[in-house]
Amino acid sequence: MTYIKSKFAHPNLPKNKLGYTRKEYEGSLTTLCAGCGHDSIGAAIVEACWEMSIEPHKVAKLSGIGCSSKTPAYFLNNSHGFNSVHGRMPSVATGANLANKDLIYLGVSGDGDSASIGMGQFVHVIRRNLNMTYIVMNNGCYGLTKGQDSATADAGSKSKAGSVNMFEGIDLCGLAIELGATFVAQSFSGDKHQLVPLIQAAISHPGFALINVLSPCVTFNNNVGSTKSYDYVREHVEATGTLDYVPPMTEITTTYTDDETKMVEMHDGSWLRLHKLSQTWNPDDKISAINALQHSHVKNEILTGLLYMNNESKELHSLLNTTDVPLNKLNESVLCPGVEILEKINSEFR
Amino acid sequence: MEPTNVKDPEYFHKVVDCQYACPAHTPVPEYIRLIAQEKYAEAYMVNWESNVFPGILGRTCDRPCEPACRRGRLEDEEPVAICRLKRVAADNKGDIEHLLPKKQEKMNGKKVALIGAGPSSLTVARDLAVLGYEIHLFDEQEKGGGMMRSQIPSFRLPAEVLDGEVSQILNIGVHTHFNTYVKSLKEVIDQKYDAIFVGTGAPKGRNLELPGRLEGAANIHIGIEWLASVAFEHTTKIGEKVIVLGGGNTAMDCCRTSRRLGGKDVKVIVRSPFAEMKASPWEKEDAIHEDIPIIDNHVPKSFVTQNGKLIGMNFEKVHAVYDANGKRSLEPTGEAEVFFEADDVLIAVGQENSFPWIERDLGIEFDKWEMPVVNQTTFQSAVPNIFFGGDASLGPKNVITAVAQGHQAAISIDLFCNGKAVTERPAPFTNLYSTKMGIHEWAYDSEVSNDDRYVVPQADKAVVLKDRKKEVELGFNLPTGFKEAQRCLNCDVQTVFTESKCIECDACMDICPTNCITFTTNGEEEDLRSRLFVPAENHSQALMVSDILPTGKVMVKDEDVCLHCGLCAERCPTSAWDMQQFLYNTSKAGSCH
Ligand SMILES: Cc1cc2nc3c(=O)[nH]c(=O)nc-3n(C[C@H](O)[C@H](O)[C@H](O)COP(=O)(O)OP(=O)(O)OC[C@H]3O[C@@H](n4cnc5c(N)ncnc54)[C@H](O)[C@@H]3O)c2cc1C
Ligand SMILES: Cc1ncc(C[n+]2csc(CCOP(=O)(O)OP(=O)(O)O)c2C)c(N)n1
Ligand code: SF4
Ligand code: SF4
Ligand code: SF4
Ligand SMILES: [Mg+2]
Repeated sequence: MTYIKSKFAHPNLPKNKLGYTRKEYEGSLTTLCAGCGHDSIGAAIVEACWEMSIEPHKVAKLSGIGCSSKTPAYFLNNSHGFNSVHGRMPSVATGANLANKDLIYLGVSGDGDSASIGMGQFVHVIRRNLNMTYIVMNNGCYGLTKGQDSATADAGSKSKAGSVNMFEGIDLCGLAIELGATFVAQSFSGDKHQLVPLIQAAISHPGFALINVLSPCVTFNNNVGSTKSYDYVREHVEATGTLDYVPPMTEITTTYTDDETKMVEMHDGSWLRLHKLSQTWNPDDKISAINALQHSHVKNEILTGLLYMNNESKELHSLLNTTDVPLNKLNESVLCPGVEILEKINSEFR
Repeated sequence: MEPTNVKDPEYFHKVVDCQYACPAHTPVPEYIRLIAQEKYAEAYMVNWESNVFPGILGRTCDRPCEPACRRGRLEDEEPVAICRLKRVAADNKGDIEHLLPKKQEKMNGKKVALIGAGPSSLTVARDLAVLGYEIHLFDEQEKGGGMMRSQIPSFRLPAEVLDGEVSQILNIGVHTHFNTYVKSLKEVIDQKYDAIFVGTGAPKGRNLELPGRLEGAANIHIGIEWLASVAFEHTTKIGEKVIVLGGGNTAMDCCRTSRRLGGKDVKVIVRSPFAEMKASPWEKEDAIHEDIPIIDNHVPKSFVTQNGKLIGMNFEKVHAVYDANGKRSLEPTGEAEVFFEADDVLIAVGQENSFPWIERDLGIEFDKWEMPVVNQTTFQSAVPNIFFGGDASLGPKNVITAVAQGHQAAISIDLFCNGKAVTERPAPFTNLYSTKMGIHEWAYDSEVSNDDRYVVPQADKAVVLKDRKKEVELGFNLPTGFKEAQRCLNCDVQTVFTESKCIECDACMDICPTNCITFTTNGEEEDLRSRLFVPAENHSQALMVSDILPTGKVMVKDEDVCLHCGLCAERCPTSAWDMQQFLYNTSKAGSCH
């Protein structure tokens, strides 16, 4: 029996600006089922971080519980990681982020982890606009516990055993926009071409960035009648448009004169080239985004791509006006300035 | 690109780089696996079927397979020691008498004469004797083996090994006519053989006509003649100071033999730069290890004699200059000629064919270099029942090429004697079957070993230099042989893709350690090669392209550095990838009827 990934790599593997190949961004060999969509998302994360030349030690991966939440073990092995309690990733992320705002926070969760047990945490982390990328690997079921319907399963979707789900599914993207999220996108694990730049844009975005990725569970929810199977998703996918990520320092030479294409500069100096496919949708207009989502629901379509982005986003640290130096880098004398200062502060409240 | 036709056996044949590069197409990974399973006799027989001389070749083969070995294309990796593993099989085969063919009871009534008893003729003898042909083998030497006996020194190839493998063939009932120099082909033709095979090699060593050649003649020797004379014990010593001229393997054998016959200050002096010498790298290493300096970029100018006796040679110093096409010329540096002392000089600057015994009015065509005109596939000459093979057909090569040509000539002779067209070659035997045995279980060791190539141990230098017949290489012991065998990637376990099963989940693409697999839109080959996950720059390696998949993409696999680790098949939820063992055996004489 052998199930070991060789140390050998392609001798011509390209290197990024840091001199790293993709290998330096990979993780341990996956233990998920063969063909699980979650692994493709992991590969897209590797690709996105490698291409952006992110220093692996500047990333913190956080997750809850579920097959999806296991995936941080399978990418970015040279990054920090915390596999938390079921549905509690947002609070751990909040704590970590408040202590050290210098890291890139990458939250990975499942539809069960986020839309059932973790719903309370999910909505509050959005409200607070915590600076993180939050990826939901959405397969419409609890994969890890053998495929029970989750809260994102669509009404009418059939399980592998044949039972039909009678409850409405939660639309995580619509909900996030409603709650004030400043970056909301939807994608499909089987479309790295779309997913990779979305992840890159989400990482560049200051504030909470949600990517809800449809990610088929091959083992428990890939049957005929399921609305989260490979075949169903492929047949019903509609994209809002295309998005390309242009790294910082790239010279922008083309100007677009058509209404459909525009360049958006991000805070870190990178650019997004947005190309709309729909006349009625505007990525910086919340109402058009919600409309587009509702229209797609009615038409039984799965709308993917960037849905909404507010480039003026103010993330939690700027809302709280915290120090520029991350809290965990402040020494004791700064953090505990002494009795006199405390007295002074207390007197202000008297 | 058009979808790859993997039904064409040549596609997967090419993926097994070593087997493809081997002139006889020995199923290398097959025997390497057998060695790992401690089935040495079986491993030996796989070789014996294909290359006839596993024990000999396991020590002396030119190993064209090794530079081709896939493992050598991985980062910081050297090829599998394919050749020396063959020796492991030979050394440990035990008694294989019962596995070898016996003298045929029923003959087929056809008579074939083989002239020369080198590896090419011996191969024809074996392939035809088992089919019931009456074989008559002629050689001027007193035993069979050809240059394997007269040229390859015993410290590389012990006589017992050679004798053993030659008798395995002669014992099938070959009529030998040793100590018989054939001085007229016409006389042989008159004996009414159904077919004649000429395997007389390239027996003439090139001379160097330089000033002083005649005066110094007593101490100037033609390399291959001298080696033969050592092998047959007519020559037993040489002067203390020896110059060997030439940079090929013959030069290496000459200098190393000199060290064993009393040469103390032996040097090889060669015209070309060291890196471009014809000798195999390992032969050069072995010579240097025996304290033989190799002096490159020196062109011999004259033999220097004193009182009618050789005392040394003069050389002109040159350096290599390359033109725009990379063609090399050696230009004098302008320095004064240099003198090297020598008691004896061995000239090892090439071999030539020579057919003084073939009358030119028999219908056999000769080209302007006095080489017989021979079809390169059938090895038939202009006279339909006369065939040439080995060094006699296309000039000096090596044992494995002689064997490969012997097989082909035997097929032709068999077709010819059965009244069939020699151009209608029988197809190879191929087989392809799944190695899947269960979850995470394959019928081969798919785990990729990380070990570096193991070095073959050698006997103590002081001991081997005292005895010309003492074998230098000791061969791998069994534990090391096993570890070396595990370095083989099993390139014959093929990745077979069934597009109708693929759901395009990307799992295989994501898992592949060497990023061989890409799902992308189709295009022309050059365009596709440039758009792969890692661009496919090694054009000698094929792309496997699927038909159009439901999303409109195609699966493209670059065969270049596939590790055959099976992870794509492991991770495929639908078994669209399967690891299937591919067997390819070249056709043999007899497979046409
Ligand atoms: C010094 C040296 C070292 C070599 N080392 C290696 C090595 O390590 N590995 C390797 O693969 N190859 C090696 N070779 C090359 C290899 O030996 C030959 O390529 C190979 O033996 C050719 O085989 P063959 O069947 O064509 O004929 P040969 O082996 O050349 O045999 C021809 C036979 O025909 C006989 N013969 C010729 N004319 C007549 C005649 N008129 N009548 C009767 N008999 C005749 C000769 O006596 C000889 O026995 C070496 C060659 C030399 C010179
Ligand atoms: C507090 C708690 N409650 C319940 C569970 C059992 N449990 C483990 S994973 C899981 C659901 C995971 O579903 P999802 O987040 O969609 O992940 P998937 O496996 O589908 O990727 C549940 C309910 C648990 N581990 N902890
Ligand atoms: S159970 Fe489903 S979600 Fe979990 S690893 Fe398997 S396919 Fe993926
Ligand atoms: S790795 Fe093994 S099968 Fe592959 S080319 Fe090398 S020896 Fe042959
Ligand atoms: S793992 Fe199998 S099903 Fe998935 S893309 Fe590869 S071949 Fe197709
Ligand atoms: Mg789930």
